[in-house]
Amino acid sequence: MSTSVDKSKFLERNISHHFADADQEFDSCKLGMWLFLLTEILLFGGLFVAYVVFRSWHPETWEAGAEHLQWQSGAINTAILIASSLTMALAIRQAQLNDKKGTVLLLLSTVLLAAGFLVVKYFEYSHKFELGIFPGTNYIYGGPHLSNENIYFSIYYMMTGLHVLHVIFGMIAIIWVTLRAAKGHFYEAYYTPLETVGLYWHLVDLIWIFLFPLLYLTK
Amino acid sequence: MSETQSNYLNHEKGIKSWLTTVDHKRIGIMYLVASVTALLAGGAFALMIRLQLIKPNNTLLDEQFYNQCFTLHGVIMVFLFIIPAIPAALGNFVLPIMVGAKDVAFPRMNLASLYIYVVGAIIALAAIILPYCGTGWTPLTTGWTFYTPYSSQGGNSMYPVIIMTFAAFTLGFSSIFTGLNFIVTIHKLRAKNMGWYQMPLMLWALYATSVLQVLATPVIGVTLLLLAMENIFGIGIFDPDKGGDPVLFQHFFWFYSHPAVYIMILPGMGVISEIISTFSKKVIFGYKAIANSSIAIAVISFFVWGHHMFLSGQTTYTGMIFSFLTFGVAIPSAIKVFNWTATLYRGSIDLKTPMWYALAFLFLFTIGGLTGLYLGTLSVDVLLHDTYFVVAHFHYVMFGGTAIAFFGGLHFWWPKMFGVMYNEALGKFCAFIIFIGFNMTFFTQFFLGTTGFPRRYHSYAAEGFENAATWKSMSAFSTYGAILLGFGIALMLMNLLLSLKSGAKAPRNPWGATTLDWETQSPPVWDNFPGDCPELHKDPYTYS
Repeated sequence: MSTSVDKSKFLERNISHHFADADQEFDSCKLGMWLFLLTEILLFGGLFVAYVVFRSWHPETWEAGAEHLQWQSGAINTAILIASSLTMALAIRQAQLNDKKGTVLLLLSTVLLAAGFLVVKYFEYSHKFELGIFPGTNYIYGGPHLSNENIYFSIYYMMTGLHVLHVIFGMIAIIWVTLRAAKGHFYEAYYTPLETVGLYWHLVDLIWIFLFPLLYLTK
Repeated sequence: MSETQSNYLNHEKGIKSWLTTVDHKRIGIMYLVASVTALLAGGAFALMIRLQLIKPNNTLLDEQFYNQCFTLHGVIMVFLFIIPAIPAALGNFVLPIMVGAKDVAFPRMNLASLYIYVVGAIIALAAIILPYCGTGWTPLTTGWTFYTPYSSQGGNSMYPVIIMTFAAFTLGFSSIFTGLNFIVTIHKLRAKNMGWYQMPLMLWALYATSVLQVLATPVIGVTLLLLAMENIFGIGIFDPDKGGDPVLFQHFFWFYSHPAVYIMILPGMGVISEIISTFSKKVIFGYKAIANSSIAIAVISFFVWGHHMFLSGQTTYTGMIFSFLTFGVAIPSAIKVFNWTATLYRGSIDLKTPMWYALAFLFLFTIGGLTGLYLGTLSVDVLLHDTYFVVAHFHYVMFGGTAIAFFGGLHFWWPKMFGVMYNEALGKFCAFIIFIGFNMTFFTQFFLGTTGFPRRYHSYAAEGFENAATWKSMSAFSTYGAILLGFGIALMLMNLLLSLKSGAKAPRNPWGATTLDWETQSPPVWDNFPGDCPELHKDPYTYS
């Protein structure tokens, strides 16, 4: 892009006193976010290990438990999250091109898609609650089921529940950068918060991409 | 600029300027106050344990209260003292100056880490106090390890467990924030000309520690979350009554908590490297070996957690693999000890207070490390597991190692932190008292352990069995040692505090050390280096 930037549309800012230049600041923030993503992977890692251990003990329970999940809902949610990752990535692209309006619109679509994910998840959860499919000792499902199916649902609720919390936290972060983008904080020379929130959002997406086949498609 | 004009302590005044500061030095000082407070609280519980065991059939504490004492001693010392003491207090203060930066990479996150630590400490306090406030809850008696199913019984005993695990969960965030900050700072903010192998060894140690903090802490987070859910919803992951597996809890717990003991000891090793080289006035022997062994410890420590569970129903083959790997992790620690000793050889040794602590460390850590090998041997562990031998080994490493290194580092950087010199003679005297008191307390416990004295028992019989006389005299001796040790620590803190009032003014570099932190004024100015960040002109430990 060779067009000159209209600087008056964007906010002037100074880098923090302990950074030598803007590149050093950007690199530091990005490395910091990658390290944070590592901690997230290990946090979910514990649950994945629990999943593997219990599935290897009760493989038949895992198939029976997955029968209670609607793979269609899971598939829709997978599509929604992948689409939201795309809009997030495009929002960063538009910020790099100094397109404020485009950035804001794309970020808003990301938030709406995330909300769509939560709506689908809400219907899934409430359907199970109606049937009495609760985790652990609260499991009161009346229909035919295997003896350890409650543990399958413990793990299902722990994994998807923790993931839902991450989606909600991600939405809050995206709304925060949307407001800042609307005020003209981000342009080609500065879009660090967009970049780091984007990285976080892609991880939230990625975790779901593992959860979907592991929980819904076990047959 | 005159040396007395402006420094980080006086450039802004008032409580508010401290509570809202993002200056790493002030945050380090506040962490120091907090962790020393935790040391005193945890120490008080330790003294109560020792006083109960001073004689057979003692009735000073009842069973319940005794169990609480060792639980609180463990929780407070581990989560509130040893983990933050060196990295978050000393490390926060020296790391940015040592790399030649004006602050850590994320100063506000650094302050957030302190606040989260304080919130975590308050939640922990609530878990301790609330059972006594008419809630009808059973006080926390699980030990710091929260083993299931004892910690997942539900009912009145579950609330303190849930609150305490939530406190540990919160403190984990504080630890992660510090680690993340240090890694980024070391990667991105090093002074000009400072390559990885030009870094002081303290930085290598803090780097390895931070890697462990970032990678291991999330696992204890999810473990404690599952434990809380086990209590609240009965999810049946860990509780055998509900179809869960208690050994899985132990795997999860130790996957964090074994690397965590290296989170505790590695920064101590960094401090010792600095002190030994500085007071031997000699380039450190085997710089690269010490630096790389820190990383080796960080890596191997992730694969040894199973040695805590030799007797928990692991298969023998699993036990053999973990035993082998445990011997493996001893190698890099031994490399460090040999290199420190070689540094002393033909050095111009200057026996100042920090050096006394460093030499004490060499003795005590070596004993602690070698007895760890006994416990890592499968057949020997069968006899020694859950006896006082384990208690003695653990304290030789954690107190004789980490806490002694912390005291040494505190004396080493005290002139830099506050610009005053403490009383040298009294400092040495305290180091001596602490060394004697420590050995009286814990060396006896090796003998108690080998004669079968069990851990965590609140009382023991006076006669009627083979070792009755040994147990009686050794337990009493250990308690006298603990009192002496407590006295030594109190005197040491008093010596340091008195110097704030009446200590002589400290020069920039009282010890003739070579790292960048000693090129700043004492105490340093607000942003460490007036003007631009410094360039590095020579490798660390170049004396002359």
